[in-house]
Amino acid sequence: MIDETDRRIIAAMQEGLPLVPAPFARVAADLALPEPELMERIAALKARGVIRRIAAAPNHYKLGLTSNGMTVWDVDDARIADLGARVGALAFVTHCYERPRARPDWPYNLFAMVHGADRDEVEAKRGEIAALLGTACRGHDILYSTRILKKTGLRLKERT
Amino acid sequence: MTPDATDRRILNRMQEDLPLTAHPYADVAAELGLTEDDLLARLARMKAARLITRFGPFFDAAAMGGAFCLCAMAVPEAEFDTVLTKVNAHPEVAHNYERTHRLNMWFVLATETPQGIAATADAIEAETGIAVLRFPKLQEFFIGFRVAA
Repeated sequence: MIDETDRRIIAAMQEGLPLVPAPFARVAADLALPEPELMERIAALKARGVIRRIAAAPNHYKLGLTSNGMTVWDVDDARIADLGARVGALAFVTHCYERPRARPDWPYNLFAMVHGADRDEVEAKRGEIAALLGTACRGHDILYSTRILKKTGLRLKERT
Repeated sequence: MTPDATDRRILNRMQEDLPLTAHPYADVAAELGLTEDDLLARLARMKAARLITRFGPFFDAAAMGGAFCLCAMAVPEAEFDTVLTKVNAHPEVAHNYERTHRLNMWFVLATETPQGIAATADAIEAETGIAVLRFPKLQEFFIGFRVAA
């Protein structure tokens, strides 16, 4: 678990890291923490996986990747571990998860995100996944994103 | 703005972890053969132009004792904006996409406790009268997310 100081550090950085020459010194000053303590705590949060990395979240649309398809597959449960790993290893798949079905609305249990410059490119990649899954797949669909409705990342609530 | 070759190199590098040092941007600039000033100016420009939606730590709610859950709703077109306002008002909604399906609103809940997922999804159902289907991850087959710029 994280303590109160960790919470304050996370809250201070959740909007982003300042784009200044000494960003951690800036955050430390804002929190009235010594910079070495801040750095140690960030290192510990990274070691524990609370912080996965400090990095840029790109906007696919503005990078020309205007077609974003969530491909979904109804895969034989007995083969999902093996086939999921193989789909996840494809270079063009950026996220790949097994998730529960929600029958009758939703028969699919494997989700793989695919991006491309247009829908033809995404469809071609979907074809590659279909070929890989073969007869272990009983049905599939693709859901294109048409609008980003919100993108903020995790927000901690204020504690009282 | 259209990113030039240098911007694209920066975007590719900055999707990887920033070093945890006193002057991390200077370190990355040196790796890329740029000056710190140039790197910071280009990052600020790409952020302002929304090529970069956010620069900072990526948190794992589960490692903090919390949880993530992908959720979906079938929202009638006429009610879409009203429902969207209600859904997005929840700070637990980390991102939300409109998609081409009868289930047309897909969002991720990130909460500080595992119980927060059901509480938030139930609240959204009560506020909108629309079922919130829940798709928690059972297995992750690929970690990390990089887009070649």
